Amino acid sequence: MPTVTRRTVITAGAALAGVALDPVIARQREAAKAPPGTSTVRLNVNGKKQQLQLDTRTTVLDALREHLHLTGSKKGCDQGQCGACTVHIDGERVLACLTLAVAAQDLRIDTIEGLAAADGTLHPMQQAFIDEDGFQCGYCTPGQIMSAIGCVHEGHANSDAEIREYMSGNLCRCAAYPKIVDAVKLARGRMEKG
Amino acid sequence: MRPFAYERAADVASAMRLGAASGQGQSDARVQFLAGGTTLIDLMKLDVLRPERVIDLAPSRGEHQNIEWTADGLTLGAFAKMAAVENHATVRLECPAIAQSLQQAASAQLRNMATLGGNVLQKTRCPYYRDVSWTACNKRDPGSGCSALTAPNRNHAVLGVDDTCISQYPGDFAVALMALEAAVQISGPLGARQIAFADLHKSPEGHPEIETTLRSGEVITAFKIPAAAWNRRSLYLKVRDRASYEFALASAAVALDMDGDRVRQARIGLGGVAYRPWRALPAEAQLAGKPLTARNAEEAARIALQDAKTHGGNDFKPELARRTLVRALLQAGALQHA
Repeated sequence: MPTVTRRTVITAGAALAGVALDPVIARQREAAKAPPGTSTVRLNVNGKKQQLQLDTRTTVLDALREHLHLTGSKKGCDQGQCGACTVHIDGERVLACLTLAVAAQDLRIDTIEGLAAADGTLHPMQQAFIDEDGFQCGYCTPGQIMSAIGCVHEGHANSDAEIREYMSGNLCRCAAYPKIVDAVKLARGRMEKG
Repeated sequence: MRPFAYERAADVASAMRLGAASGQGQSDARVQFLAGGTTLIDLMKLDVLRPERVIDLAPSRGEHQNIEWTADGLTLGAFAKMAAVENHATVRLECPAIAQSLQQAASAQLRNMATLGGNVLQKTRCPYYRDVSWTACNKRDPGSGCSALTAPNRNHAVLGVDDTCISQYPGDFAVALMALEAAVQISGPLGARQIAFADLHKSPEGHPEIETTLRSGEVITAFKIPAAAWNRRSLYLKVRDRASYEFALASAAVALDMDGDRVRQARIGLGGVAYRPWRALPAEAQLAGKPLTARNAEEAARIALQDAKTHGGNDFKPELARRTLVRALLQAGALQHA
């Protein structure tokens, strides 16, 4: 029984209705069946090590979303200009859309899906975004949270101005910025207390 | 993105061997080096760069990430990440223009990914270069023409251009390197060499597809900024549409050796306005020995931009660049701790 997600429901529904799937998705499914130009790539995502057969051109973002079905990281621009795809690689906040999966082999990749504890307790940054209402549509939010954690760890969350500057790589079309700054400040205090 | 073969170079020596077939061309370069990927992966997705082989330099990184300060000056390994150098206390103290040029570039995420070597080799943001549907682009396709000459060209260069290309070099770090007279160390299949950073980038000279003097298979390994009396009194001022995460409309790296109110020596680099990283030598000569007044700064700025050539959309740039340079000079003169 496949996992019930928006994607599986819509896809199954479209198949039942006889509607042709988007040709891009169809090609991706075909490509996923190990054609030439692929290799085995060892990825360590949220502590789980796995091997994927990937086209060499696959970015970490596409590996996460299309192959591992970890759709928390978003594809806002796919050009490194919006920050919605921010993940941590080897503990550093980076852009998944500009990182080849094959280049991230064997490195520790942490995504939004890996933040909460096993018992469901949210990471202080996630909780702070809820407590301060740091999002509206939520599309940029996973990237904001991952970036904000990096910002605090880097020691760049010491003032409103510094937070704005060091979070400038994450765009928010809803302009939730003031509340995002509040969330980062709140989380920083909680993270420092351990 | 077109298919490519991916290889990892265990060290710089292997990288050079693997890259020896790279050639000097732009989109027709069959082999490209991959460092942080922030330029290469971006342009491969846009089909501007189409390598058949990509050589990942990541395993070589350990050799050349050093940040060292000695009596001779500052050495920066080319594989050091921008973020590491930006945050380094010694760099911030001894060469603030370097630290500031890195801190004001890109975004925090990009600075975590990007290496110094890759950063200086970044490509123009010219929209006609980046969008292959504009077929006239002499940089991408030699001889095809220059779309920017007759299309919107607000952020195109006014210095160092010719009628084959008016694209603007968008980097910041390179501007500071120009001002501080940096040298660059290069390793290649034919051995190691060191050149003035000023000799790395080329003017269009009718062939904008050839951007640097790097030879096939060569890898930048380090930057060296010589110790000098002006290094500490330096800064990087970047003027742009947004307060952050935006390329320069005009920028200036300035370094001053002062004797009271008088400038002994000035060093000036300009960004956001030139085809390549730009050193404003005549402006430096104008300031040498003079009091640092607004009037003298304005005269130096006038000289710095006197050969500016505009193409309609960027008519505002020379004045903006002059004012940016004046402000940078006066701010540098007013620095207290230097």
